[in-house]
Amino acid sequence: MKIPATKYPVERFTLDNGLRVVLTPDRSAPVVGVAVVYDVGIRSEPEGRTGFAHLFEHLMFQGSENLEKLAHFRHVQGAGGSFNGSTHLDYTDYFEVLPSGALERALFLEADRMRGPRLTEENLRNQVDVVKEEIRVNVMNRPYGGFPWLRLPPVMFETFANAHDGYGSFGDLDHATVADAEEFFDKYYASGNAVLAVAGDFDVAQATTLIQRHFGDVPARGKPDLPDFAEPDIDGERREAYTDRLAPLPAVASGWRLPDPIAEFEAYLPYVVLAEVLTDGDASRLVERLVQRDRTVTSVGGYIGFMGDEYQVRNPTAMLLQAHMPPGGDADKVLRTIDEELDRLATGGMAPGELARTQARMATHLLRDTDAVLGRALPMAVLETQRGRPQLLNELPRLVGEVTEAQIVAAAATLRPERRSTIEVLPGANQ
Amino acid sequence: MTARELPELIPDSKLKLPKQAERKLSSGLTVIAIRRQAVPLIEMRLRVPFGRAPLARATLLSQALFTGTATMSSIDIAAELQAVGGGLSAGLDPDRLLVTGNSLAAGLDRMLEILAAVLTDPTYPAEEVATERDRLVDHIQVAQSQPAHLARTALLHRMYGRHPYAVQTPEPEQVKGVRPAQLRALHADRVRPDGAVLVLVGDLNPEKAIDAAEKALGGWIGPSRDGNVPATPELEPGPLLLVDRPGAVQSSLRMALPAVSRTDPEYAALQLANMVFGGYFSSRWVENIREDKGYTYGPHSSIEHFVAGSALVVAAEVATEVTGPAMLETLYELGRVASLPPGEEELEQARRYALGTLRLGMSTQAGLAGLASIYASFGLRLDYLSEHSAALAAATREQVTEAAAKYLAPSQAVTVVLGDADKVEAPLAALTAVERGPA
Repeated sequence: MKIPATKYPVERFTLDNGLRVVLTPDRSAPVVGVAVVYDVGIRSEPEGRTGFAHLFEHLMFQGSENLEKLAHFRHVQGAGGSFNGSTHLDYTDYFEVLPSGALERALFLEADRMRGPRLTEENLRNQVDVVKEEIRVNVMNRPYGGFPWLRLPPVMFETFANAHDGYGSFGDLDHATVADAEEFFDKYYASGNAVLAVAGDFDVAQATTLIQRHFGDVPARGKPDLPDFAEPDIDGERREAYTDRLAPLPAVASGWRLPDPIAEFEAYLPYVVLAEVLTDGDASRLVERLVQRDRTVTSVGGYIGFMGDEYQVRNPTAMLLQAHMPPGGDADKVLRTIDEELDRLATGGMAPGELARTQARMATHLLRDTDAVLGRALPMAVLETQRGRPQLLNELPRLVGEVTEAQIVAAAATLRPERRSTIEVLPGANQ
Repeated sequence: MTARELPELIPDSKLKLPKQAERKLSSGLTVIAIRRQAVPLIEMRLRVPFGRAPLARATLLSQALFTGTATMSSIDIAAELQAVGGGLSAGLDPDRLLVTGNSLAAGLDRMLEILAAVLTDPTYPAEEVATERDRLVDHIQVAQSQPAHLARTALLHRMYGRHPYAVQTPEPEQVKGVRPAQLRALHADRVRPDGAVLVLVGDLNPEKAIDAAEKALGGWIGPSRDGNVPATPELEPGPLLLVDRPGAVQSSLRMALPAVSRTDPEYAALQLANMVFGGYFSSRWVENIREDKGYTYGPHSSIEHFVAGSALVVAAEVATEVTGPAMLETLYELGRVASLPPGEEELEQARRYALGTLRLGMSTQAGLAGLASIYASFGLRLDYLSEHSAALAAATREQVTEAAAKYLAPSQAVTVVLGDADKVEAPLAALTAVERGPA
């Protein structure tokens, strides 16, 4: 089946203060998505301040130059819109989706906090409490909390930037100060370190005028140097285990380092496809073998980037395979079977049609995500930030479709046990 | 530094519904096709009436629906779907069996053929069913270790008593006893087109898409069983039910309040009253217990609709040590909205949010498919979006005040707290009568 493509138009320009802008109009629904991405994430937070990038994301909603606390939320929702933000390893995003008549309001709100959030002791302490509740609900009070995204990096990586807990320790969060926040803003939240993307129902000329009006006088500030977080690959298999006192059943996850997702994109992309060949649906290699035939796992998943953002992560990153097992499940056996299946793929190649059907399904997933205005604004903003190529979003279905069997086989051959880092969850519930 | 003015909103254009067609086939299956061409894909939803089906069997049926047909294995089904960029999955709620799918637009015919084979010719092979049964047992066991699931289970029990909605997840032991022959029998008995609704949305010609569905699904026939669920009982408020979860670092607060269906004349006003109370981020309750007090991360309050009745459910996860104070603020905010009229401006803000959300919800293929399918379960069509928008726009402050007094009064609430009972019982007992009980 021929893989279709989208043709979303892309306009790019840069304001005098260094803010890069991406516009991608599409008038098929009366809504707009606005995204601002800052080129700073979990990997850039200072030692002793784990969780700070995420905490700071919360502070960006606590009022700004012309906006009291709570005003941002009320103005977005009172315009019929929704908002959020999220903190990733390499970037932090802020976004709104609204009826198209609210575009100028969204631009005003984003520009206002780009000029400077209201950083107060009271708001800081309040948001430390909120973030602790977020960590309790997502990590501490549930089984498999933080598995594997917070648990595997310290096994795989040596440096603080790559290995530390991005949600943060309660101790570090408690020690965060307003001065820390001011310094973090000054260093990383410069207009030249940001990208604004607008997608959906608007006119390019009008939107350009509005953007100039609201962002044009955001003061230009120096952009920090982009750090290099590279570290050498591991020099032998690594494996750790921990007991999760809430988990009733065992689980295991392994990661392998990959080529640089940006500098070596051609070498990287086959791994994205390989992850799907291995785990997408009942006809994928590992689901068929581990779930259906051997019944040694109840579910298996494969993806790239600890947060599943394979096109929005920088070097170093990893391909992850994770499996949940039945009672008494044997992680060693599961890992041995994964090795066997990777060997079989590396030596025996693929079945007729296997690659094409995987690529067709990947195209559906990619296209489906872009149907939402934020499914265009957000990835385009990150692609601009990290690659200067927002139009890559249009090209991905085709590029995925051009990956060859030989590339998949070669990629599978690199996923050796000695390059693998593994974290195992031992069930601690009801014991 | 001069203060900058917040830009005015440009008023919304008139709500525009997409091009669509509908046909009821001779089998009793209703097919609705809706055009949104933005991306070259199809979204599919099929809802089949499944009320009062035996829970363990129905749940396993939904997990095992794609395990095989007379001519295809589970792997064949998955591979054939993938070849057209497709995928199908199934789920169950107390009223319906739901089949969800999507594919490349050019794969519509093939996806429908495979769906038809699964519906008309399933085999439920013993090996594959055994695999799915074991997986389901494990999934339920994991769910039972999750506080959100445990709190929900306890709340449903308290809300519905002996009504079929009271239990929505089977026990592992019940699932272990289900045999393939029972799935075949249940499928033959209940997976019937009469009363079912198929929704197709995407890059399609609506009439032609319905023709394709009629052709593919022509062999799916048979009258349906009466799956009507009796009307839900009235909530019976009583002491707060405290379910112990020793060592929990958070408590799960749940309250159920009465509500009305989407077509009730009071619904728009009730929806707005709920918004003002806790139905969105900029509500009194969220601003209070999160942005002022820092007790919680994601509290929410929403109206849940089932075919046999609606309810308003209030939910928050709060730190163990502030469980009492969080309950105090929740009772206060419910009491305040039930006792005093909302402010003019906060009502307008809630109204604009409710209207905007309708617009955002129909801006994607998946959003349209979900709305059209859910509405159809309740005998409604997409034009409900226009009617409901008009009702939201027209609801007066008096009507919202009345609805809040009638439905949001905390004295009517059924309340469940899941948490470390030894730590939270005394602070909760300071506010209301508490009884300990099982999940």
